[in-house]
Amino acid sequence: MLNQQVLNMLWPALWETLYMVAGAVFFGHLFGVPLGILVVVTSPGHILPNRFVHRVLGVIINIGRSIPFIILMVAIIPFTRWVVGTSIGTTAAIVPLSVAATPYIARLVETALLEVDLGVIEAAQSMGATPWQVIYKVLLPESLPSLVLGVTITTISLVGYSAMAGAIGAGGLGDLAIRYGYQRFRGDVMLYTVVVLVVLVQLIQMAGNFIARRVDHRHPSQ
Amino acid sequence: MLHTHGFQNGQTSVSAVVPMLRLENVHKTYGRGANQVQALRGVSIDVMPGEIFGIIGLSGAGKSTLIRCINLLERPQAGRVYIDGVDVTDYKGAALRSMRRQIGMVFQHFNLLTNRTALGNVTFPMEIAGVPRRERERRALELLDFVGLRAKAHRYPSELSGGEKQRVGIARALASEPRILLCDEPTSALDPETTASFLNLLKDINRRLGLTIVMVTHQMHVVRAVCGRVAVLDQGRVAELGSVAEVFDAPKTEAARRLVKEAAIGA
Repeated sequence: MLNQQVLNMLWPALWETLYMVAGAVFFGHLFGVPLGILVVVTSPGHILPNRFVHRVLGVIINIGRSIPFIILMVAIIPFTRWVVGTSIGTTAAIVPLSVAATPYIARLVETALLEVDLGVIEAAQSMGATPWQVIYKVLLPESLPSLVLGVTITTISLVGYSAMAGAIGAGGLGDLAIRYGYQRFRGDVMLYTVVVLVVLVQLIQMAGNFIARRVDHRHPSQ
Repeated sequence: MLHTHGFQNGQTSVSAVVPMLRLENVHKTYGRGANQVQALRGVSIDVMPGEIFGIIGLSGAGKSTLIRCINLLERPQAGRVYIDGVDVTDYKGAALRSMRRQIGMVFQHFNLLTNRTALGNVTFPMEIAGVPRRERERRALELLDFVGLRAKAHRYPSELSGGEKQRVGIARALASEPRILLCDEPTSALDPETTASFLNLLKDINRRLGLTIVMVTHQMHVVRAVCGRVAVLDQGRVAELGSVAEVFDAPKTEAARRLVKEAAIGA
């Protein structure tokens, strides 16, 4: 059964996972959202068309997305050390997780913003809106439901990615499952860890769906 | 409440009055080389203060491009655009935006913000212009009252009918107290009954506010119902221009005759 010893391992591991994921969700969006916005507004026929910037950002995002996470994590160790002072531990893991999440988020943001009807953007321009006003008063609010679902998808992906962060001593649920459950043949630890992960992912998805529905006024609600 | 801009009721005394809108030999071409499309090939139109001016043509005649050249959503490659005697063709940045605030626009597909209520949509242009919150909400409610939608101020566009959405569109266009109202196929997505009540509202606005209205449409009965003068656009050129009666009762050009015939069949 679920004894005190297992609980003593599960609790800290859960908090480590939540800490890493929350940090990476925050910093990933801090950089990924502006990047996604920039890709959209510089696309041909949009509010600030710029073929050069659009192409260069597209290439950078694709490069970022094509590097396997485990390799990225090792490759940017010098950068991680420069940012947090160490390349080992839970806080250090937030750096590669954020770097991996940024281009991923940029694409999700791009997809969400492209859903906004060009006619609505044109209407705002016809009222004398500045490009900045079009971005934060039209593009972002109009695509909010999709953006919320994007955050949900990112968060769940990061729960998965954070399991690999055990490789740099970050701890977390995935690491617990690998070290105790797999390498020490503790089937019970493996099972409980997986159950906690399943519940965690379910809760994140449910919360995301709930919020997305609440902010969506595109269809009649009654 | 709503400002009157001095000119009343379609009084178009020709000589002394400066046109509210003057298009001078406007050209617009899309694409390059073999894919080039000449949307406008030298269009000149004067719209007098307080009149309701119709621009009619079959699809592909260049109507939408033309109306977008007025507030420079499209930039003409050649020709000039004058608003109330001022050449605005080369306006950019802040000057362009403040010019656009003086020109309201209503769209075929309404183009309302889906995540804002009717009230939020009407306050939007004032928000952009920096009007304080209380002031813009008070004015937005007055405007919704004016278009007969005060009771639905807190409804989202998805909860409104097509006709109601277009009324919100009108209220929104009037919010910045424009001098010109541009209507791009405003009734094409409305059923006949809603169209009639929308056109009455448009006439009422013109009469009460003395607002100059430019309307693009392919529906002849719409032009007949509200417009004083009309230009027939055909393949990027003005084929015919005159009073509605002149143009529709005695069309001189092939393009105008075709429109009259189509309308007879369509109605």
